[in-house]
Amino acid sequence: MTEAKTLYEKIWDAHVVDQRDDGTALIYIDRHLVHEVTSPQAFEGLRKAGRKVRRPDLTLAVPDHNLPTTPRVDANGTKIPIADPQSAAQLEALEANAPAFGIKYIGASDKEQGIVHVIGPEQGFTLPGTTLVCGDSHTAAHGALGALAFGIGTSEVEHVLATQTLQLSRSKSMEIRVEGLLGPGISPKDLILHIIGVIGAAGGTGHVVEYRGEVFEKMSIEGRLTVSNMSIEAGARAGLIAPDETSFAYLKGRPMAPKGADWDAAVAYWKSLRTDDGAVFDKTVTIDAADVAPTVTWGTSPEDVLPVTGQVPAPESFADPSKQDAARKSLDYMGLSAGQPLTDVSVENIFIGSCTNSRIEDLRAAAKVLEGRKKADGVKWAIVVPGSGLVKAQAEAEGLDAIFKASGFEWREPGCSACLGMNPDKVPSGERCASTSNRNFVGRQGPGARTHLMSPAMAAAAAVAGKLTDVRELIG
Amino acid sequence: MKPVRSVEGRAIPFGQKNVDTDVIIAAEWLKTISRDGLGKGAFESVRAKEGNVFDDPEYAGASILIAGDNFGCGSSREHAAWALDDMGIKAIIAPSFSDIFSSNAFKNGLLAIPLPQEAVDRLMEVAKTDPISIDMESMSVTTPFQDRFTFEMDPFRHQCLMDGLDEIDLTMSKSDAIEAHEARVDSAHAWHKPAIA
Ligand code: SF4
Repeated sequence: MTEAKTLYEKIWDAHVVDQRDDGTALIYIDRHLVHEVTSPQAFEGLRKAGRKVRRPDLTLAVPDHNLPTTPRVDANGTKIPIADPQSAAQLEALEANAPAFGIKYIGASDKEQGIVHVIGPEQGFTLPGTTLVCGDSHTAAHGALGALAFGIGTSEVEHVLATQTLQLSRSKSMEIRVEGLLGPGISPKDLILHIIGVIGAAGGTGHVVEYRGEVFEKMSIEGRLTVSNMSIEAGARAGLIAPDETSFAYLKGRPMAPKGADWDAAVAYWKSLRTDDGAVFDKTVTIDAADVAPTVTWGTSPEDVLPVTGQVPAPESFADPSKQDAARKSLDYMGLSAGQPLTDVSVENIFIGSCTNSRIEDLRAAAKVLEGRKKADGVKWAIVVPGSGLVKAQAEAEGLDAIFKASGFEWREPGCSACLGMNPDKVPSGERCASTSNRNFVGRQGPGARTHLMSPAMAAAAAVAGKLTDVRELIG
Repeated sequence: MKPVRSVEGRAIPFGQKNVDTDVIIAAEWLKTISRDGLGKGAFESVRAKEGNVFDDPEYAGASILIAGDNFGCGSSREHAAWALDDMGIKAIIAPSFSDIFSSNAFKNGLLAIPLPQEAVDRLMEVAKTDPISIDMESMSVTTPFQDRFTFEMDPFRHQCLMDGLDEIDLTMSKSDAIEAHEARVDSAHAWHKPAIA
């Protein structure tokens, strides 16, 4: 009898190149996504040492973090220069490094361009059972398709480029089991925010999380990507959801996915990638789906979540003194006071985008709320940033762009945008933003910016009401 | 990587606790394409104040930095190690370091030397007037006044630093195992490579 294994153990064991006595192992990396911010020094390192990229065919490069989301070419098809010289230099470095090292590069004005974590699955580059890395912590997203995916630092980027491996120690395994199904108007984003609220921003530290339960089996790949994306916000190294018929249907026919007989062989293998009955997790957390309401963050950590029907908590309500102190600082930064109903909090900015929520389903959910409605007068800036050129084209084919524009939103080019204050899309200091991104850290959306994380439907509802609002009242 | 067997020279007696990666190098410096040149941005907020130790001519050309507990906490940005390296620092002595910082320092050939608070306090005194020596062979820190403090270091990292081995070289020495893995995957999973789009 073979020993029962978790999905994580199966993928890990299949990638051990060399086991060391101290418990660490050299792990083979099947897929490497590269973007402009964390790669220039890695390429420089290779060049200095006279090294090549070992497997350019397993590597894919795309710019996303720094790229402005305003048009990239003018009416004549000429490239529009990027105003910030440092961003321009990073983008040019990637554009030069990719061909110099033989790596496939999707350029800023290519129709497939988009956020690394959106295009990986979309191109079929991300596959079940593979190990996938990228110099960005939200690489965890790809676990939605059953890939062991995690973020790495620049020296590790260089190590993977040179050797296609990483020296790693095995993480512990955690099962997050969700019982029951989500109620009407409740999205995968609400579920993952709720989960982070339950286990805490450090709750998954040292673990690889596997999400299990009927709710995930019934969830689309878009929804699973949203959930797995935020695993890192619970401190976990990676998230995993076992591949199933939904995953296979999503991947079939994608440009870089296997074809013909290869496809059949791949599916046969992928079907073996399930946690065996009797396999033991180091930790199990059980969540009741019935407890999940439309959820928003009130503080500056992703664990600071509440149902939108709730009230801003008093710092004294937390048992842990260090959490009390953190809550005091958060409320001060966020300009909120204890006891204030969340639905009284007005917002001036709306951001629908980021690798968490910029796929077609997200845009459909937001457009459904906005159709026939206008953003409130108090909302000064509202933007929709599709996750990729292909998502943008699909949304335009469905007429979603027209709905967004009619309700007062700007319709942008794909990129990371206001998820992080690195490109021109920033939230002004002291102003509030209803955001579908994944981090509400101090200054994340720009110095002094106040972020409330939520789902696309909730962000759309906030735009209409000009304040945090229970979307169920609008779609009821 | 060059072998690091010893570091000798003047030390900057900084001494501050919980120095986070934002203090070492602020986020705006992340938009760079080189590991070099970050020294200019190192400790920017500290240097904005008159009379700071970093700009004190007494410590010009110092190769060691002395700091308080939990040095390098915060984000994983490797830019913190690059900035220190670029400003000419070869070793940091502190009572403790964040895990990620130690690892980033190691990957860049910087020594992160943990010593008990009393030893750090004594070195802070000596640093004001005299040089300090770090010897990797005997794993000790000494002063011209007969002080001698020994430290510990992960044996793997110690050896890599002593022999100037970088992790990539070490991994490349396993290339037979890597090739064997690739051959195994090619035959068992022909579908495995990304299809050419
Ligand atoms: S959208 Fe945000 S989280 Fe996602 S890759 Fe870009 S910066 Fe990172």
